[in-house]
Amino acid sequence: MTAPRVFLVDDHQMFRAGVRAELGEAVEVVGEAADVESAVQGLRATDPEVVLLDVHLPGGGGRAVLETIKPERPDLVFLALSVSDAAEDVIAVIRAGARGYVTKTISSDDLAAAITRVRDGDAVFSPRLAGFVLDAFAGDPPTEAADPQLEQLSPREREVMRLIARGYTYKEIARRLSLSVKTVETHVSAVLRKLQLSSRHELTRWATDRRLI
Amino acid sequence: MASRLRLDERSFRLPAGLTRSADDRVLAGVGGGIGHHLGVDPTVVRLALVVLSFANGLGLALYLAGWAMLPADRAGDAPGTVEDRPPSAERAVGLGLLTLGTLLLFGQAGLLLPAGVVWAVALSAIGFGLVWTRTDEESRTRGLLLRVVGGGLLLVVGLGLLFASGGVLSTIGGLGLAVLATGVGVTLLLGPWIARLWRDLTVERRERIRSEERSEIAAHLHDSVLQTLALIQRAEAPGRARTLARRQERELRAWLFDERPPDNAGVAATIGTALERVVTDVEDVHDVEVDLVVVGECPMEPRLDALVAAVREAAHNAARHAGVAEVSVYVEVEPHKVTAYVRDRGKGFVLDTVESGRVGVRESIIGRMARHGGRAEVHTGPSEGTEVVLEVGRNPTREGVT
Repeated sequence: MTAPRVFLVDDHQMFRAGVRAELGEAVEVVGEAADVESAVQGLRATDPEVVLLDVHLPGGGGRAVLETIKPERPDLVFLALSVSDAAEDVIAVIRAGARGYVTKTISSDDLAAAITRVRDGDAVFSPRLAGFVLDAFAGDPPTEAADPQLEQLSPREREVMRLIARGYTYKEIARRLSLSVKTVETHVSAVLRKLQLSSRHELTRWATDRRLI
Repeated sequence: MASRLRLDERSFRLPAGLTRSADDRVLAGVGGGIGHHLGVDPTVVRLALVVLSFANGLGLALYLAGWAMLPADRAGDAPGTVEDRPPSAERAVGLGLLTLGTLLLFGQAGLLLPAGVVWAVALSAIGFGLVWTRTDEESRTRGLLLRVVGGGLLLVVGLGLLFASGGVLSTIGGLGLAVLATGVGVTLLLGPWIARLWRDLTVERRERIRSEERSEIAAHLHDSVLQTLALIQRAEAPGRARTLARRQERELRAWLFDERPPDNAGVAATIGTALERVVTDVEDVHDVEVDLVVVGECPMEPRLDALVAAVREAAHNAARHAGVAEVSVYVEVEPHKVTAYVRDRGKGFVLDTVESGRVGVRESIIGRMARHGGRAEVHTGPSEGTEVVLEVGRNPTREGVT
């Protein structure tokens, strides 16, 4: 398998240098940017597979980059990276189309694995993100939902989210639930899709509570 | 030193504990304060003051002295301005009576004023008192309209009588008199509103400046210190430095972004803050990273204390014995129960071999949970890692914050 081509967007030069050095051979860094504008230009000029995107960026945040580039390059996958794991920041970027979220304190090996996984089309859930998702989809099933399939998690998906929040890897979850890893990945991707498409009234309220909308 | 001085000044002036009551008051809380201090019904005190007022105005003098000298019973609530108090017709009447009494007292002191002036001023005072009450919370009620119109009418009649009676003011010409009357009336009617509006505006502006400053600081710290702390944790820093960086990052982030109810005297208000403390403690003592995820939120209650204590013990155990750098803690708050999972990928152990020897698992975790009507399970095995599952019911009558 070839090393994923990665574009780094982070306003801290030290951090970009650190990630570049640590990931070393595992990825091929094709470009870097420190703010929204240069990120948009850089992404138009290069051909990365994965964008490592800082949630907080001068000039509109990671969300602005996503909203600009995503329509032009739907194939491009984004992995959100942040030092602040405040719920509203994370969910906003995920809702805007990022395929996963990891904190900056993640180990190099885990980061490399996460990059490869989003490149291959899977979603990357950190325990914290799983916690936010469970929080957002908590409560009773909606009474007048537009699309019940979309507006709530299935029991299995909920179970998978719980296990991720408890610190289990996909492989461990698969073993525990007697599923294939592929099935676990399917569940996780379904949850991500629901999160991005859901118009659920509960989710809106949850977001409003956290000053998201 | 400063507090000592203040104490001395106070004890020189007043009996300790005698204050103006903030809650139980008609006018300034003097009657309420004295009543509470003596253990007598405040109404009795008030009646006594009124009766004494007829004895050469003694009661009135006492009241005014009390108003001037007694401190308000809440720090920061000191010399309360009239508009800070709840509205009441009693206060308006009280103000009128007080004015009347004062004028009568002047009369007794030999400063004779025409009877017309005395009554007119007292009437104006009542009207003024009626208008001059707090209106924020009742601005949409009919009572307000009634009060303002009634009060305004009384005020106008009072002022009219005052000027009609001539007296001291007869030297000013007719036009001057009319202008003066209008000016005084408008000032008395609108003055308090303008003052209140101004005060609200000032408060609001202060609040806005404060929150703007805060978000500016938050943005700055986020872009600087938090990033540095994250970098230190990534770098091959010595364990101690990493632990410190982790802890400070957590504290800083909590301060910047959290809006949980503040803790009360060192006691965590919610299960979220209680667990955060546990995690910080464990990270402090051992060089491990504890990944805490909490779904839902609720106020603390005794049974949850037991759960948090068991989580603490389980996390300590994991950090001490598992031999790994990472421990996961996941807690889910549901309407009727709270479930916690403490997990590590460490070496695990055979439960039977340690059960008799170690107090930690059996007593601090399983026993504690059983005593509080909960349950605890330990899933482990050699080189399988360990997961401790804790569950306890919530008091369903208490509503969660979510």
